[in-house]
Amino acid sequence: MNTFLSRLNTLFAFSISVVAAVTFACFLTTHFLDYTQDVEIEVKKAIVKNMEEFYVGEKHDLGHLRFSLKANMTPVFNWNCKELFLYLMAEYETPRNKINQVVLWDKIINRGENAVLDLKKVHAKYYFFDDGSELRGKNITLSLHWNVIPNAGYLWRVKGRQDLGYTLPDSYAGSRV
Amino acid sequence: MEMFDDFKRMNKRQVYYQVLNFGMIIASALMIWKGMMVATGSESPIVVVLSGSMEPAFYRGDLLFLGNDRSDPIRAGEIVVFKIEGRDIPIVHRVIKVHETHEGKIKFLTKGDNNEVDDRGLYKPGQLWVEKPHVVGRARGFVPYVGMVTIIMNDYPKLKYAVLGLLGLFVLLHRE
Repeated sequence: MNTFLSRLNTLFAFSISVVAAVTFACFLTTHFLDYTQDVEIEVKKAIVKNMEEFYVGEKHDLGHLRFSLKANMTPVFNWNCKELFLYLMAEYETPRNKINQVVLWDKIINRGENAVLDLKKVHAKYYFFDDGSELRGKNITLSLHWNVIPNAGYLWRVKGRQDLGYTLPDSYAGSRV
Repeated sequence: MEMFDDFKRMNKRQVYYQVLNFGMIIASALMIWKGMMVATGSESPIVVVLSGSMEPAFYRGDLLFLGNDRSDPIRAGEIVVFKIEGRDIPIVHRVIKVHETHEGKIKFLTKGDNNEVDDRGLYKPGQLWVEKPHVVGRARGFVPYVGMVTIIMNDYPKLKYAVLGLLGLFVLLHRE
């Protein structure tokens, strides 16, 4: 019984060591790769309205956007990249806030799935509420970012090589997008 | 049992040595943990993912290495670990909105990848944003599955005491 236990112990310790070594190798072999890609963003239509924001209880500016997005994420995947969390971010400045960042759309691509993005004239997924009523006439920068989720390792946040500057309309719209 | 043979052969001085050895191990572990707290700036530099609200990126039992570099402001897309006042359990979600005033005061909104809506329903009543004091750290590194040990030990505390007790006994009774 003694040798059985000690053999089991050795086997167990060895398996754990091997798994740890492979995990570390996974991390080390992919840590220094370049995860950036080219990105094409276009705004097809944008309007600004003013309405009460849920939970907040105040009327804030709400932006409605339709955009097109083209990017090929296939080269970003490798044996250590199990998922890409992509998000389209709008950045702008207002008198109240120096930095405003709002995620308008996101998507999860797992390793093995189709990683080519070709969206045409899609609506934003999330509400583009301002922290106030200062969206009219503002210059916004739209950029695509992705979070590299590894099997093991560092959680990179990468920005697409190109971004888009766009100016929101000066006045509130009366109709729907 | 053969386990006690080593111990039976020890004289008093060797017993003291064993106890000191045990103390050294505990102290080293504590030093490493506290050292990581200082190096990362986070009160809890390693956390275990407890819920499925960030699937498929993180599953229950995965381990996250946190950083909290105060000179690097929190931006949209980052995964933050934060606590809500009055509740002990930290939440691991993604930042989807950031508003920073000209004076540098930041507030942000979070949402779990696997949730349909943002976290305003989770915050304290009346709370609309997460702010820096709530943040425990930001996820920087990831290792899968390893945290399952912690979850099992927390779900079955008797197992935790048994394992720790046996380990302690082992260190005390055996020589290097």
